[in-house]
Amino acid sequence: MADYETKKTLDYKGLKCPMPIVKISQELPKVGIGDIVEVLTTDPGSLSDFPAWAKTTGNQVVETRQEPGLIKIYVKRLK
Amino acid sequence: MGFDVEKEMAAIKAQLEERPGAKKKLSMIVFSGDLDKHIASMIIATGAAAMGMEVVMFYTFWGTAALRDPKKKAGGKNLIEKMFGLMLPRGRNRTKLSKMHMAGAGTAMIRAIMKKKNVASLDEMFEIAGQLGVNIVICEMSMDLMGFKREEMIDYPKLSVGGVATFLAEAGESSIQLFI
Repeated sequence: MADYETKKTLDYKGLKCPMPIVKISQELPKVGIGDIVEVLTTDPGSLSDFPAWAKTTGNQVVETRQEPGLIKIYVKRLK
Repeated sequence: MGFDVEKEMAAIKAQLEERPGAKKKLSMIVFSGDLDKHIASMIIATGAAAMGMEVVMFYTFWGTAALRDPKKKAGGKNLIEKMFGLMLPRGRNRTKLSKMHMAGAGTAMIRAIMKKKNVASLDEMFEIAGQLGVNIVICEMSMDLMGFKREEMIDYPKLSVGGVATFLAEAGESSIQLFI
């Protein structure tokens, strides 16, 4: 498990579908291309939704980490 | 030699991008007037917009009542139009569940549960859809049938009125088409 230099942590705990991907689509363009942001979520659907969102929008999920009651998703802006 | 490879490639690429269904675009017909189906259509629409897709929602038949603004009134209606106006929901927050409405108890319960579980309400989703540039088109003929006037519809950034050709033109170039 590599540690990333994350530009930002986005707290999406408690948000339900479709809000996590709505929020990331608004927040990711605010960091530079190549930057990584850390997303905190409690929505299990995000585990499949973030990779699907990244694939469609041309960005990248670098890693997902599952901790008890918390999911951390590392998203890299490529576009 | 007169043969420009890059120019040819660009022409082929342009052709490919213009072929039917090639656009990252979602066209959806919202026919139903049920609360549950309005929630589903809004989740899909805002999700698609977040995925970078262009989104067009066509509200027709029972669906159009959800676009009424309860604070607005329109005059000049005949008796039947007034009756329709009274019997159909005055806006998205008056819509009912398709199942388990139970004289209002079921619908009130689902709204309470959505709030408790932090699921976005229809009000919030219309707000987000507006921010994300989701287009809403109201079917002209449905409005005419039910006696709804343009001036009693909601304020929404990208709201227009159109007919079947408008929908078909949008759907023809969309990669996803849905009927809800």
